[in-house]
Amino acid sequence: MSVVAVLILFSLLVAGGFLFAFMWAVKSGQYDDKYTPSVRMLFDDKNQVFSINKKTNTIKSRTNVEKHNAN
Amino acid sequence: MVSEQKPPIVNLTCFHCGDVCLSDSIHIDEKIFCCEGCKTVYEILNARDLCNYYELNVQPGKSQKSVFAKNKFEYLDDAELASRLLDFSDGKVSTVTFFIPQMHCSSCIWLLENLFNLNEHILQSRVNFIEKKLSLSFQTEALTLREVVELLASIGYEPFISFDDLEKKSKSETNKTLYYKMGIAGFGFGNIMLLSFPEYLAIDVSNTTLRTTFAYVILLLSLPLFFYCGSEYFISAIKGLRKKFVNIDVPISLGIFTLFAKSVYEVIANGNPGYMDSLAGLLFFLLLGKIFQNKTYDMLNFERNYKSFFPISVTLKKSGIEKIIPLSQLKVGDRFLVRNGELIPADSILFSGKGHIDYSFVTGESSPVDKNVGETVFAGGRQTGSAIELEVLKEISQSYLTQLWNNFQVKKNEHYTFSGAANLFSKYFTFAVLGVATLSFVYWMNSNTNTAVNAFVTVLIVACPCALALSTPFTLGNTLRIFGKNNFYIKNIQVLEDLGNVDTIVWDKTGTLTENSESEIELAEGNFSQKELSKIKALAGNSMHPLSKKIYYSINEPTQVAVDTFEEIPGKGIKGIIDGDEYAVGALHLSEKMGQETSSVDFLATPINSEVFIFINGEQEGKFRIKNKYRKETPGVILNLRKEYDSYLLSGDNNTEKEYLTTLFSSEEKLRFKQSPADKQKFIQKLQSERKNVLMLGDGLNDAGALSQSNVGVSLSEDILSFSPASDGILSAKVLEKIPVFLNFTKASIRIIYASFVISILYNLIGFYFAVQGLLSPLFSAILMPLSSISVVIFTTLTTTILAKRKGLL
Repeated sequence: MSVVAVLILFSLLVAGGFLFAFMWAVKSGQYDDKYTPSVRMLFDDKNQVFSINKKTNTIKSRTNVEKHNAN
Repeated sequence: MVSEQKPPIVNLTCFHCGDVCLSDSIHIDEKIFCCEGCKTVYEILNARDLCNYYELNVQPGKSQKSVFAKNKFEYLDDAELASRLLDFSDGKVSTVTFFIPQMHCSSCIWLLENLFNLNEHILQSRVNFIEKKLSLSFQTEALTLREVVELLASIGYEPFISFDDLEKKSKSETNKTLYYKMGIAGFGFGNIMLLSFPEYLAIDVSNTTLRTTFAYVILLLSLPLFFYCGSEYFISAIKGLRKKFVNIDVPISLGIFTLFAKSVYEVIANGNPGYMDSLAGLLFFLLLGKIFQNKTYDMLNFERNYKSFFPISVTLKKSGIEKIIPLSQLKVGDRFLVRNGELIPADSILFSGKGHIDYSFVTGESSPVDKNVGETVFAGGRQTGSAIELEVLKEISQSYLTQLWNNFQVKKNEHYTFSGAANLFSKYFTFAVLGVATLSFVYWMNSNTNTAVNAFVTVLIVACPCALALSTPFTLGNTLRIFGKNNFYIKNIQVLEDLGNVDTIVWDKTGTLTENSESEIELAEGNFSQKELSKIKALAGNSMHPLSKKIYYSINEPTQVAVDTFEEIPGKGIKGIIDGDEYAVGALHLSEKMGQETSSVDFLATPINSEVFIFINGEQEGKFRIKNKYRKETPGVILNLRKEYDSYLLSGDNNTEKEYLTTLFSSEEKLRFKQSPADKQKFIQKLQSERKNVLMLGDGLNDAGALSQSNVGVSLSEDILSFSPASDGILSAKVLEKIPVFLNFTKASIRIIYASFVISILYNLIGFYFAVQGLLSPLFSAILMPLSSISVVIFTTLTTTILAKRKGLL
């Protein structure tokens, strides 16, 4: 039956790992702003720096989908 | 403030900010702009190919009509000051966080996070939209803090930098602790449940060592739960008892403690885990409730001090040289400059320039007051127009505004921690529980000592009012959220309980019942031809005075005439020759013929109707009247609330509109005119001494005393991010009409709490039935306790949500 004890120890370790990850996330501020990341992920990547006007068309078609007002 | 002007001939809106354009003269390609400022922002963004900004939202910008002065941010060159604003600096790279109230849509986020495209020395920028904060890092060698701020201002996102920013505050740490506690409680709850499964399923474990090991592991897991997660309940209970008050935390602590003690005894004596699973579940649910009720509006500041609106520094003028000094170094007798849009920090004498002081910050009254050289200017005013030079009369700490503030800060006593239905209820509850426990102990004492102890302990366990403690945070927390979605922001859930008890409503007039930004000007007397009107408009167009601007926008005629020999006489008016006729617009005494003096404008009580006269060739031909407009919702709301609540009106103004207001408030006795801030506060005190629960609605600093005196003080604001005096709640002026619904809903929420008390008591009675017989098994308790908690949570959240939908709040 000692295998059960080993398993229990192992499960506690795994769960403890998740607890640690959660506390780490809280500490690093992931729960401070729960809104902005949801908007940020919809933006295109920083391809704008030297992009030419041709690109606007593609941006337009894509951004129309997510046209929403944060107000 | 961006004020919407009267629509011009054709409806053109600015490509950048969406404001109405007066003409299509400012344009690039097909795009029309309302002002040069907006056009500049577009050009900057266009040059860097950042026009995605305009693709994400239509007309996302903020109006650039009020352009900042060139040297407005000169004070940021001061190294010491700048370093206090920085979060971090290693000499090469600096990090700084700004509060940017203009942020309002996804375009803003996109642009502000793409700042590195505008300036390659900005390394990274990150937005926290909820808090309206932007943190960015930049290369110190190539870019100064001032340049960063100016870059932001040039694209329309001028950071709000105030006195308060110099003192860095650590915040949201308490919030994080709560998350840690919840995490640990959740971890403990899950694992203890898992390890208790052999007990639940009554598996006959032949190997007792394994069973004991399980029990000890559970004990180990429960230690942080009891000592860390549960600690605040013990602390709160002890605090309450010291003040001879039995709050809700007393029975909770009693329950937690008995659960823990009994279970530890079980582990050590019998090698079974006892009630540890119930303990873990209980703590987890309680902490969940705490997190739910702790909803805060980070971007709003309910304790906002007038100081946070003061500039950090002033431009000192000494023997012709301008020097920027920190505000704290300003002394009596110093001469300093105040530019357009800047706040006057200390009571002073106007030394040179024309003062058009906007005291809306203090009084809520929007029409600027004219000041001439030699007159006293009070702190808290905002100069509109050209720069003025002032001489300090009193130190900042002695100024009228500071006194106003300090005198009225009423310390709301600690009744908060003791109020609340749950707390009042808990006193009787605790005694009842102790009574039942003792009775059952005494009953069993003679026959079976073991059962007697067991019954005593389990009664205390099962009585733990977990569901009771959860009903308030979940009901009111949900209400708080629903109100927030409707632009009514409440400080915390205690305020909601107070709001439910309100029976008297006191209104401020100016800025609350009347509109603040949209005082209107109308032609009150005189018949003018279209041509004459367009000449008046042309004349007004030459002046930067706010009243002239209002006149300019109120006339819908084209202006194709030239004004000769234009002259602006400070404090009097404007005149000029148009087509050979002398036109003059201004106060009565502008024309010598009339010779009369208009009464000087009182600092706190500007008359609601001021008049501007029109003279043609010296003859008075007509007049404009500035009228503060009542909000269109005002009559409806007051008539509606009058039925249920005792309503009063307090006004700093004179009684010119008494008749109209009497019809609204039913009788003259309900109206008080010419009230000073102190009078307002005293009036509330008087009502409270008559055992009334007062809700005060106000907006300006002159209401600050009354707001903090009243049981619930709500400040009404056009723009919730702009200044509002310290209050318990901030209501957006847009939803004024919903006040009756809000009050109604609050009362209903309190009734929901009472209903959930009944549910919770029912569960307790079932538990008692078994407990007094000494039959409460750990398994039964592990099912009953979470069940009661969950059903209360579901009941309260569902009913509040359904109610909100019915009332049109969701």
